Amino acid sequence: MEKDVILKVENLSKQYRLGLVGTGTLGHDLNRWWHRVRGKEDPYLKIGESNDRSAKGESEYVWALKNINFEVERGEVLGIIGKNGAGKSTLLKILSKVTAPTIGEIKTKGRIASLLEVGTGFHPEMTGKENVFLNGAILGMTKKEIQSKLNEIVEFSGCERYIDTPVKRYSSGMTVRLAFAVAAHLDPDILVIDEVLAVGDAEFQKKAIGKMQDISNSDGRTVLFVSHNMAAIKSLCTRAIVLQHGTSVFEGNTNEAVDFYLKSDVANDIAHYINETPNEGSDILEVSMRDKDNNISGLFGFDDQITLQVKLKITEDIIQYGSLGFRIKDQNERTVFSSEIDLIKFVEKDGVYSSNIEFPKSVLLPSEYRVIIGYHVPNKEKIRSLFDIINFRIEETGTIFHKYKGVDFGCVMLDCKWSMKPD
Amino acid sequence: MANKKEHWLYVISPKQKLIDLNLREVWHYRDLLILFVKRNIITVYKQTILGPLWYFIQPLFTSVIFTLIFNNMANIPTGDGVPSFLFNLAGITAWNYFKECLTGTSDTFRQNQGMFGKVYFPRVIMPLSVVFTNLVKYGIQVLVFIGFYVYYAFFTNKAENTSIQTAVILIPLLIMFMALLGLGLGMIVSSLTTKYRDLKFLIGFGVQLLMYGSAVMYPLSYFKEKLPNISWIVEYNPMTTIIEAFRFMTLGVGDYSTANMLYTGVISFVIFIIGLIIFNRTEKSFIDTV
Repeated sequence: MEKDVILKVENLSKQYRLGLVGTGTLGHDLNRWWHRVRGKEDPYLKIGESNDRSAKGESEYVWALKNINFEVERGEVLGIIGKNGAGKSTLLKILSKVTAPTIGEIKTKGRIASLLEVGTGFHPEMTGKENVFLNGAILGMTKKEIQSKLNEIVEFSGCERYIDTPVKRYSSGMTVRLAFAVAAHLDPDILVIDEVLAVGDAEFQKKAIGKMQDISNSDGRTVLFVSHNMAAIKSLCTRAIVLQHGTSVFEGNTNEAVDFYLKSDVANDIAHYINETPNEGSDILEVSMRDKDNNISGLFGFDDQITLQVKLKITEDIIQYGSLGFRIKDQNERTVFSSEIDLIKFVEKDGVYSSNIEFPKSVLLPSEYRVIIGYHVPNKEKIRSLFDIINFRIEETGTIFHKYKGVDFGCVMLDCKWSMKPD
Repeated sequence: MANKKEHWLYVISPKQKLIDLNLREVWHYRDLLILFVKRNIITVYKQTILGPLWYFIQPLFTSVIFTLIFNNMANIPTGDGVPSFLFNLAGITAWNYFKECLTGTSDTFRQNQGMFGKVYFPRVIMPLSVVFTNLVKYGIQVLVFIGFYVYYAFFTNKAENTSIQTAVILIPLLIMFMALLGLGLGMIVSSLTTKYRDLKFLIGFGVQLLMYGSAVMYPLSYFKEKLPNISWIVEYNPMTTIIEAFRFMTLGVGDYSTANMLYTGVISFVIFIIGLIIFNRTEKSFIDTV
């Protein structure tokens, strides 16, 4: 059978300039313009590095995407996987024409509608109905199309009672429902979706995923879907590509792609952080996640031993009052738990120390987590706060919940004392 | 795969044509334009007591102040038998539309970066919606002007020399010139401020300075008489022509000629096209620099 390619991405690259826009930018702009006037190539396109956010680079220019090639067939649901900063959002932005590529092309045979956010353009002063029309029009629908789908949209959102009330009176959940309802009734040839599913309460998420499945299965719609949620990727997509540092490192069957993503270094290199520019005095030097053999890893089974290792320099002056603490956040930015120690209880003299923090076993449920670390003198001085450096993942290795998909069970498994007797 | 040439609906690429305005696409989004205009109108005066009355108040008070300061205090003549208040109201009514179009569109990219960063639609819809929204406001202000005009013409004897000219049918043309001029300049400024915000500071007082250079509160003839050496600044300003023409059409005083109208029309159109080109170039990648 001949392939019916609806979307073709060829040699797509996007370069960004790092740092601030300032007087220097004007210099570069003038230089670039001068090269163009003389018919020469942009001098800044030759330089630039791959986009590895943790490694310190030489150049001000980075390639957020480099030489991306793929094809999408009609009716296919393509998943795009990658850690934060791998270039997923940039790719989506180019696909949705929010920004132009630096090099390369995307060719398409259908109308693309993108959902990088739900509720774009919602105005709090306008009623739900007015916002449905405005939002629908922003997403590319005509008034007639919206009118014909209005009842469906309102019903799906479950906001009938409030539809003539200004959106500012809505609860945030209701706003999201209404917004998603509009988006779910879009009717383009190709739908590009960013992780908009991660909104609303559990019931609505289920409804949303169901709707997504309907869209992609029954209607034969082409969908490009970006998510961190491997369960959603697995249940929705027919094929997936894995991005790393702006290049595509794997393309193929969804399950293989997800395995590749989890097993490869793609997930692991975010479990190690080295401070390249430490302070003269006290500072955090290195942070890593370790498994039971003391190997760096960002991936753990549910009942594996997990250790957080922090290497830090402690100077004389802060031994007395200094503290080291960390917080674990889940994907929804909820803090799962925190822990902190006073240095004085562990340290007697200055020097470089390695601190090993072993997490309680079989507590964190399968999901992705982020570690935030703070080294400080409480209420007085912040020595170093690290927010977005370490991620780790707990994989489903057979908890009681493994039979369910896309359901939120919270973040921790507690050992509840159950009993059951005949009454 | 066969050798047949593949047919693509459209291509996303970095190449930029000089003018890349896809009119069919803009037409497809016409409903969005209407909805934006509606949104702008109904949301501006939500939770105000006077609501759209503010549209009247601003030009009225400005005219009163101008009359007190420029005519009663500084004795600037407004032509025989033309009430100073009406003269000023005419100038301000005309000026306001241009000003609102310019200031309203000059911040398009920065103000809408949240929306522009998430969804694509032809960006030119946004400044266009401002221009149309202001047209509604302008309509209300013209009604005020007509109200006072009728009052002066029929209920007082101060306006004996005030006469409406047949050229008044050309007012829609004046409005179009103002829209093109304001929109063009606004698009230029909004495009340039995405990367370099310096212009943002200029626009605030620049508009004010421009008003003094546009014969809003004095007749061009008086300026020529008093400051002949620099009168070219005011004379070549297309806004001067528009305001003078507006006063000529409605009050019968002012400098009006077909040549002037032609000149202003060409300038407005050229500025609009330049604005469109710059705007189009910017919209593709502004989100990376804004």
